[in-house]
Amino acid sequence: MDRPIRVLVSKPGLDGHDRGAKVIARALRDAGMEVIYTGLRQTPEQITNAAIQEDVDCVAVSILSGAHGTLIPKIAELLRKEGADDVLLVAGGVIPQEDIPFLKEHGVAEVFTPGTPTDVTIQFIRNNIKR
Amino acid sequence: MELAERLLMGDRRAAARLISMMENKDPEAQEIMRQLYSQSGKAYVIGITGPPGAGKSTLTDKLVKHVRKTGAKVGVIAVDPTSPFTGGAILGDRVRMSDLATDPGVFVRSMGARGHLGGISEATSAAVKILDIYGAEYIFIETVGVGQSEVDIVKNSDTTVMVSVPGLGDDIQAIKAGVMEIGDVFAVNKADRDGANRTAREIEMMLDFSHADWRPPVKMVVAVDSKGIEELFAAIEDHRHYMMEDGKFMLRRAENARNELLEMVKSRIVEQLLNHDVKAERVEQLAMDVATRVVDPLTAAEELIQSVL
Ligand code: B12
Ligand SMILES: Nc1nc2c(ncn2[C@@H]2O[C@H](COP(=O)(O)OP(=O)(O)OP(=O)(O)O)[C@@H](O)[C@H]2O)c(=O)[nH]1
Ligand SMILES: [Mg+2]
Repeated sequence: MDRPIRVLVSKPGLDGHDRGAKVIARALRDAGMEVIYTGLRQTPEQITNAAIQEDVDCVAVSILSGAHGTLIPKIAELLRKEGADDVLLVAGGVIPQEDIPFLKEHGVAEVFTPGTPTDVTIQFIRNNIKR
Repeated sequence: MELAERLLMGDRRAAARLISMMENKDPEAQEIMRQLYSQSGKAYVIGITGPPGAGKSTLTDKLVKHVRKTGAKVGVIAVDPTSPFTGGAILGDRVRMSDLATDPGVFVRSMGARGHLGGISEATSAAVKILDIYGAEYIFIETVGVGQSEVDIVKNSDTTVMVSVPGLGDDIQAIKAGVMEIGDVFAVNKADRDGANRTAREIEMMLDFSHADWRPPVKMVVAVDSKGIEELFAAIEDHRHYMMEDGKFMLRRAENARNELLEMVKSRIVEQLLNHDVKAERVEQLAMDVATRVVDPLTAAEELIQSVL
């Protein structure tokens, strides 16, 4: 593919931990992707609207606040409502293993917890974007 | 439904997709833009340029909110540099425009300069037209004002706002060196900091050297606190009204179009050379011949031009 993959990297909810999101943003950029970084404290509505205007292939959210159980399904639902369900949704951050099956049932394609090498994420995005 | 029809109806997903397709030089999108070109040209295009970190995004956010009070639909195109090594980019202008994301009357699009042939200006002018047809009445283009290609981007605009900040003495020098001429309105942002008056004075002094008909106003603003935004926008509107007198507006648009045309011709010629195996090989050969003084560059260039005509 000769076009860069576009990824929205965002931090939903009241969560000030932005190191992981920045690490991921840089890693994706270094892998040749165009990363649109939205910054902290985004609502699911803001994230969805940004994803649509930016026509991204992937929405990547970083959550360390513990609120993943409500925020991620909400983002997935809004994307679906907007007809943007061809957008790949991935998440990362401090998310307990036992919560991951629930999140996957609710629209997230994969969850990357601390310690995951960034290459794994990069490969996952490359292999799973839907267009 | 067809992308073109959806765009005409103001469908934002269609607008978003068409911008991507034009960035990727998709022939289908190019065909659509040929068809729809005559429908564009209604929006007023405002360029926001200035050195990195001057507060261009913050200022754009505040200007957009100000314009939105009138109910007018707004488009924003924010350009950030692409890494020359990986082709990737971090486009961070949205961080300062978060609130705009939930306003249905605003469409914000980030673009990587990508550095490919013909440069970013071609993709940005396509995005301007798409947002124009989409229904935006005002379009803001934010770009980093450092090099020539960035200057070309704001050559898509009807009014260009040059943003400066206090305390960057060298910065004024840099602006002086080339991009100063493109400012129709000057904003001294971060006027909450020491030295803003001095920066404003320095700009005024530089403007004294110019004898153009339009004297660019210099406005102090504190973008983070929304101070001076009304006055800055009034200055933009003054420039707009000035441009509307005796055909100056169309002359400016013709000048912009001329620039766009010549850039397109240039990039098409280079593309024809580089996308053609034999010709591309010849380019490499001639480059070596020029380096080794087998041939002079003028003769080599003429040969290449002949080969695509
Ligand atoms: C540093 C830190 C802070 C710093 C944050 C600085 C900053 N600007 O980021 C400070 C001191 C400010 C802070 C504050 C708080 N923190 Co704190 N903090 C941490 C700590 C120690 C490390 C986080 C970190 O930066 N790691 C380094 C980065 C690079 O790793 P990462 O974020 O995990 O990201 C990696 C992966 O998760 C993944 N990833 C992350 N995001 C994404 C996204 C995508 C799309 C992908 C693919 C991958 C991915 O890839 C990254 C690279 O490998 C963690 C504990 C821990 N070990 O995780 C607690 C921790 C996150 N904090 C915690 C808490 C409770 C707080 C506070 C509420 C404390 C308080 N009571 O005040 C505040 C809240 C602040 C706020 N406004 O949100 C808890 C959260 C508990 C929970 N989730 O239930 C943790 C887990 C500590 C704990 N064990 O209790 N914290
Ligand atoms: N003190 C002060 N800081 C400001 C003002 N306006 C913006 N800033 C800060 O300046 C920094 C850069 O602002 P941006 O709006 O991102 O600047 P920019 O010109 O868009 O930056 P690039 O797009 O990276 O070139 C941020 O930390 C802003 O909060 C201002 O009026 N006063
Ligand atoms: Mg900016």
